[in-house]
Amino acid sequence: MNSSCAQSLHGTGETTPVLEGRGLRVARSGFSILDIDTILIAEGEVLSLVGPNGAGKTTLLVALCMLTKSFQGSIFFKGKKIGEEVSIDTYRRKIAMVFQEALLFNTTVFENVASGLNFRKVKKSKIRHIVDENLERFGIAHLKDRSARTLSGGEAQRVSLARAFALNPDILFLDEPFSALDQPTRESLISDFEAIIGESRTTTIFATHDRMEALRLSDRVAVMDGGKILQMGYPEEVMNHPADEFVASFVGVETILKGKVLEAKEGEIVVSIGGHKIEALGNDPPGEHIILCIRPENVTLSSSSSGAQISARNVFPGVIEKITLLGLHYRVDMDCGFPLVAYVTKHSLENMSLNAGKTIEASFKATAVHVLKAKG
Amino acid sequence: MELIFEGIKRAFILLFTFDPEVMGITLLSIKVSGVATFVSLLIGISVGTAVALSTFPGKKIVVSLINTGMGLPPVVVGLFVSIFLWRNGPLGFLGILYTPLAMIIAQTIIATPIVMGITVAAMQQLPKKLRLQILALGASRVQMVWTLIKEARLPLLAAVMAGFGGVISEIGASIMVGGNIKGYSRVLTTATVMETGKGNFEVAIALSIILLLLAYTINLILTNIQQRERPR
Repeated sequence: MNSSCAQSLHGTGETTPVLEGRGLRVARSGFSILDIDTILIAEGEVLSLVGPNGAGKTTLLVALCMLTKSFQGSIFFKGKKIGEEVSIDTYRRKIAMVFQEALLFNTTVFENVASGLNFRKVKKSKIRHIVDENLERFGIAHLKDRSARTLSGGEAQRVSLARAFALNPDILFLDEPFSALDQPTRESLISDFEAIIGESRTTTIFATHDRMEALRLSDRVAVMDGGKILQMGYPEEVMNHPADEFVASFVGVETILKGKVLEAKEGEIVVSIGGHKIEALGNDPPGEHIILCIRPENVTLSSSSSGAQISARNVFPGVIEKITLLGLHYRVDMDCGFPLVAYVTKHSLENMSLNAGKTIEASFKATAVHVLKAKG
Repeated sequence: MELIFEGIKRAFILLFTFDPEVMGITLLSIKVSGVATFVSLLIGISVGTAVALSTFPGKKIVVSLINTGMGLPPVVVGLFVSIFLWRNGPLGFLGILYTPLAMIIAQTIIATPIVMGITVAAMQQLPKKLRLQILALGASRVQMVWTLIKEARLPLLAAVMAGFGGVISEIGASIMVGGNIKGYSRVLTTATVMETGKGNFEVAIALSIILLLLAYTINLILTNIQQRERPR
C-alpha cells in the first residue's frame, strides 16, 4: 500500500503530500469501523476510495475533512498537523465536500453556489463573478434564479458540485456524488465532471461503491472493506493484480480458484485445480496452496470443432451452463471441471452460436492468471 | 339566538367606532402577548437549537421535559409567578405584581417551552449531514447554527404561531398576576371573563370576536409566508 503511494508521490515530483493521515481509527460500541495506518494524497491526484456500503469510506472522508472529533490519529495538511500547526477552521476553508445527497439550502441556486463564499466574507462583486463562472462550468446558468427545492436530482447535484468548485478548494472530497442519480443523468454528469476535474487538476478524494466509476475517474484507487484499506494503487495494478480475494472479486475478477502448486520452474508454475492443470506465472514452491484469479475478459472461447491454433497455454473443453446479458456484452458461465467465466460480445455469441449445454473450448494465457497466496 | 346576534352587532359597533376602552384592551393584549412571544422566541429558539444540536447524557429526559412544558397549565404558571412576585415573595421587592410586566413574564414562561419544543423538533428533522455540509463549506460554528435556523424557518414559523396563539388566548395566569385592572392590566381574555360574569354578554361576545379576529389575522399572515416559501 505504502509503496504505491510513494511511487505516485515520487511520480508527481512532490516531496510533501498535500494530505496525510496517520493512525486513523474510529470505533463505535466496541467495533472498529476505521483502521488506517497511513494514507497519503499527492497534489493534483484523484484518489478514489472504493468498497461496498459500510466499508468505512464516508467515515474516512469525514475524518480527513476534520468534520468530526470522534476519531484517533493525526492529519497533516501540506506537512502541517491540523489542530496544532494549522487550525481546523483554517483547514476547512481550504477544502470542500460534496455528499451523496445534494444538501442544498432552501434558497435560490445562485445563493446556494455563493454560500461558501459568503461564509468566507468574500466581496459581493467577486462572489457574483465566481458564481456565474461556476454555474456556466456545470451547465446550470439558466437555473440561477430558480429555488433549489424545485430542481431535479441531477440539477441539484450539479449545484452542489458548483458550490464546492466555487471555493477553488485545495482538496475536494466527494462522497458518492453520483450514486443517487439515474443512469443517463449520471452518465452526463460524470462526463462533465471528468472534463472539469481534468482541466482544474484539483486534488480530489472520491468515495464510490462503483468500481467502473473509480477506474474511470481516478489516478489511484484504494479498495476498502471493514474500515481498512486492502489495496491502494494505480487502477491497472489493482484490476490485474488484486492483493486478495476480496479485492479480486470487487474489481471484477469472476473466476477465483483455490489450488495447489504441482511444479515450479523459471518463474512459471503448474497448479492443480481439482485434477486440472493450469499454468501461471509465479515463484511459489510445489505443495503451496494458492488462489488463482482470472478476469472474464481474458478468457477466449472457440468452437471445439474449429481446430483453430490457440497460442494460449491453458486450453480447456467445457460445457456452457448459463449465458447472461450484461449491457454491452454477455457473461458465459462454463463448467470446465472447474467453474470459469468469460465475457463475449454479441457478435461472437452469434458467430459461434453459443447456448447453454453447448460444448466449447475455453483458453487463457498463463500471463492472464493472477496468483494469490491462500490465507491460513 | 337573539343574544348572539345582539352581541355580534354590538361587537361591530364597538369595533368600527374605535371604542377607546376596547381599543385600549386590544392594544394591551397585542403588546403583552407580542412581547412575551418575542422573548420566548429568543430563549426558545436558542436553547432549543442548542439542545437539538448537542449530544449529552440525559438529552432524552431534557427533551421530554421540554415537551411536557409545552402543555404547562397557565394557572400553575400564574400561581408560581404570583408567589415569586408577592410582596413577601423572593422577588417581591420588584413591586411588579398586578402590572403588564408581570403578565409578560407569566406569558413568556408559558410560551417558551412551546417554542423550544417546536424548535427541537424542527432542528432534528433537518438532514443530519446538513451540519457536516455547512461546516465543510467553511462555516464557523456561529455561521453554521444561523444557517440551520434559516433552514428550519418554515417549521419555526409554526413555533411563532403556536407561541402567540397560546398566550393571547390564555387567561389563568393573566388574571392572577395582572389583576384585570381597568385601563391598566385588562386584556381581552380577562375582560371577557369579567363581562360574562356581570351578564354583559354583548360586550363579552364583542371582545371574543376581536380575540378570534386577532388570532386569525396573525395566523393568516404567518400561514401565508409559510405557504409562499414552500416549493410548488
